[in-house]
Amino acid sequence: MTYEGTAHVFGDNVNTDYITPTDYFSEPIETIAEHVFEPIAPDFHDVFEPGDVVVGGENFGSGSSRETAPKALKVKGVSVVVAESFSRLFYRNGVAIGLPVVTAPGVTAVVSDGDDVAVDLEAGVVQNETTDESVETEPMSPALRSVYDAGGLLEHYDRHPEGLTLE
Amino acid sequence: MGHTMAEALLGSASNTERVSPGDHVVCEVDVVMTQDIHTPGIAYVLEEMGVEELHDPSRVVVVLDHEAPSHSVTNATEKAGIREFVKQHPGVTFYDVGTGISHEVLPEKGHIRPGELVVGSDSHTVSHGAFGAASTGLGDTDIAYALATGENWFRVPESVAFDIKGSFGEHVSSKDLLLYIAGEYGTDVARYRAVEFRGPGVESLPLDDRITLTNMSIELGAKFGFTPVDDVVTEYVEGRTDEPFDPIHADPDAEYAETHEIDVTDLEPQVAVPHDVENVHPISAVDPVEVDQVFLGSCTNGKYEDLRVAAEIIEGHEVAPMTRFLITPASREIYGRAERDGLIRIFNDAGGVVTSPTCGACPGLGMGVLGEGEVCLAAQNRNFKGRMGHDDSEIYLSSPATAAATAITGRITDRREV
Repeated sequence: MTYEGTAHVFGDNVNTDYITPTDYFSEPIETIAEHVFEPIAPDFHDVFEPGDVVVGGENFGSGSSRETAPKALKVKGVSVVVAESFSRLFYRNGVAIGLPVVTAPGVTAVVSDGDDVAVDLEAGVVQNETTDESVETEPMSPALRSVYDAGGLLEHYDRHPEGLTLE
Repeated sequence: MGHTMAEALLGSASNTERVSPGDHVVCEVDVVMTQDIHTPGIAYVLEEMGVEELHDPSRVVVVLDHEAPSHSVTNATEKAGIREFVKQHPGVTFYDVGTGISHEVLPEKGHIRPGELVVGSDSHTVSHGAFGAASTGLGDTDIAYALATGENWFRVPESVAFDIKGSFGEHVSSKDLLLYIAGEYGTDVARYRAVEFRGPGVESLPLDDRITLTNMSIELGAKFGFTPVDDVVTEYVEGRTDEPFDPIHADPDAEYAETHEIDVTDLEPQVAVPHDVENVHPISAVDPVEVDQVFLGSCTNGKYEDLRVAAEIIEGHEVAPMTRFLITPASREIYGRAERDGLIRIFNDAGGVVTSPTCGACPGLGMGVLGEGEVCLAAQNRNFKGRMGHDDSEIYLSSPATAAATAITGRITDRREV
């Protein structure tokens, strides 16, 4: 699977309060999705097109356990999140809800805001189509692939009601 | 090669003799906690899964703590839905608005035992590592899965050890140490890892002050945070539950990804300046910024010890004009004890505002939100931009002692100066 879109590049330690501000906690996910990144990038919604790619620095998604963070990005239409590294909870929630989360050390050195990128999950490459530079992604562990390939934890549960199998 | 705390606990929970960092294991969970922000989402996922009965309701605890009591119709309606959810699942333990913050309430009510695996729909669930439990936060879908099946997957993390030597100066606390670590080693020093705080500097701390370290280990990126499981812990737990438990300890020859040694003898009070927990400086290097609000509370600093230290400092003083000082005990039990011991009276006489137990102002969900351009000095865990209110407000983080001193002067103040 390859995701192609415009890159929206963020810095290090983008926390879940920035992705999904607490002001909208009680709102439906569709509303929350219209306010992602508001405290740090209020212009994001003017330039974002469904299918675009979010690129983060180190420790993307730090802070709370809220699954609304990856979910709001998915509902907003983000195709894939690529980051130098992820916080544990954001990464795990991404896997659970089926939002592609890809670790690619060095990605922020070769991708700038507004570049066109192609993220090839199978080949493990993030290609910058604007500058023709590329960076390799870290492979997902085989154990997690079984959850991920199903499309998320709920889909995995449908297929394996007997319990989790990580082989 | 021996086991770290994380390896020993996940090995035990997965019935696997030998687990190593990077392994994925399926574990049976002993306790599942859900709080009010996430229970509606979790209930929704369970519905999607077609799950009508929870795997084991007796292991499930629901706590209404974040927006408690509700201050909007939307939230009140949402909470009514949570109470319905609880009624639909007899056997679930329910703590309504006012009982306190889950991370304080669960140990108080005997739900946390050494050697067990705890998951909660809140990132500060790492708190319970102070009791020798493998305890961590999960998102809605993962929690729903654990409620439905009694298990979930876990990746065995590497571990980082902080060996704490020396003893804390008179007005310096474990909160200052944690902030120092965040500043010195960064908020990702333990990303996807477990942290073990060890050594005489930790063993000499009261349990409340150890919890500050494990609680904020999430601010270092950690999956689990641990302090030593000694008599202080086992005596507390035995006083709270009749359930048997079996403490697990790290082996002396366990392997750590990193080991750091810190001598706290000369550690100064520390302050994290806006807008990140790792922007930490010793208080002598921080400008005496004027503050509009001082907050003492949250799962990090609403514990009895935190209130006691702050009350001792503010007793006989008055809160500075044009400054408001909010004090939020982390639980009803703490509130009661603070009342009996005269702490509530001290705060009230000084001109402080004591609120009912809740997460409240810390995540910007209770009384005490910040207006545009306002500055708050908070003894809590996070200072992210906009967390406590307006996007253009500012949060400084400190210890309870620094908070009390700052409430007296109205500007960021070293406790040693008042």
